[in-house]
Amino acid sequence: MALSDARNRMVARAAREIEPGMVVNLGIGLPTKVVDHLASDFPVCLHTENGLTGIGPTLPYDEANRNLIDAGGAYISTVKGSAFFDSAVSFSLVRSGRLDLTMLGAFEVAQNGDLANWKIPGKFSPGAGGGIELAQKARRVVVLTTHTDRAGNPKLLETCSLPLTAPGCVNRIFTDMAVVDVEAGRFHLRELAGGVSLEDVVKATGAEMVIPDGDLPRF
Amino acid sequence: MRLANKTCAMEEAVAHIGDGTTVMLGGFGVPGTPFALIHEVVRQGPKDLTIIKNDANEKGMGVDHLLAAGLVRKLIVTHIGLNARAIEMMNAGEIEVEFCAQGMLAERVRAGGAGLMGFVTDIGVGTELADGKPRIEIDGHAGVLETALRADVALIHAARADTFGNLAYEATARNFSPLMAMAADRVIAEAEEIVPLGGIAPNAVHTAGPFVDHVVELGELSGEYGVVRRA
Repeated sequence: MALSDARNRMVARAAREIEPGMVVNLGIGLPTKVVDHLASDFPVCLHTENGLTGIGPTLPYDEANRNLIDAGGAYISTVKGSAFFDSAVSFSLVRSGRLDLTMLGAFEVAQNGDLANWKIPGKFSPGAGGGIELAQKARRVVVLTTHTDRAGNPKLLETCSLPLTAPGCVNRIFTDMAVVDVEAGRFHLRELAGGVSLEDVVKATGAEMVIPDGDLPRF
Repeated sequence: MRLANKTCAMEEAVAHIGDGTTVMLGGFGVPGTPFALIHEVVRQGPKDLTIIKNDANEKGMGVDHLLAAGLVRKLIVTHIGLNARAIEMMNAGEIEVEFCAQGMLAERVRAGGAGLMGFVTDIGVGTELADGKPRIEIDGHAGVLETALRADVALIHAARADTFGNLAYEATARNFSPLMAMAADRVIAEAEEIVPLGGIAPNAVHTAGPFVDHVVELGELSGEYGVVRRA
């Protein structure tokens, strides 16, 4: 699926969040596309919760190994130095602080860092999979999401109305309009997407943001 | 000394699953799902099963056959988003579904296999996943008690087995299988290849034979085991 220009820039900006040497889990959906913006020799260890560290490139069906998928079901490959393990070991890695960064999607993020991304009561409740532990235990949690939902309602809010995935877990939000940090219970606007005005972002955000003086960096 | 031969016909092994049985199924998506054993369960038709598995597979595959045949009373799972039938049956109240955080399912099964009654964790604290679970505070940190899970029968897919039931898994087909193979009163392993004793090097064994009761050899693998070409 081809991404819109704004989404593509969001994903490219999010890729710069990954520092050399990190162990990283990219959630299903948009976060998976972040890997397309990393140089092939970039030193990073990608983890998938179904039991692998050292994810290599996604393979076309003709070259796929039926026993080698990521948590989203994509046929992946290994790299030199990959390791397989069972699901208990996989989540031991997550819960014990060995996962430096996770990138997740969101339905709602609150200014205190609460994340809701797994359940819409009465409409969508397929289960949370590994998302609960990724959100609660990764050392750094960043969210990739459109700034508003399809109806134009803000997804960055004073408080979440949906069931939480984890409380107070989000450190940074990348959207198609802005980069926003969560610090001390408030949203802090850090960067603006190209072609987006400060007024646009303020209007599309459901909570007050701390906005620095002067021009914001663009991405 | 010689280690016992546990090879067995599939029909005979699966006959141990009666009405009301709790069954663990290895697998995460396709890799590790014991499709052939599941088909034999459907053929024999025990009812009111409780199924413990990561997911409900996809339409026309694995767990979906059990659901379509009306054999399932309850699912204990982490995610069923790829199986519309499971979602519909849940919403219609035709099956009960208990959702676990994925690592919690793994750890509850692991605890069951380790002879433990449960464990204390902070996963889910501050969310509805903690509702109804006993609260326990340790060194000032809030936690909940997660209970261990065991099953009457575990159905496991292995890449290779020896005749004693030593098992080896392939790539991400390992997932829940080694944990479930320790957590059931009766463990049935289907294997793509059965080798003689010594055919799996001791250092390469993922599940040790004493955990396994029956080993069933698979013939040619059905299409369900293959690469799923999604549109």
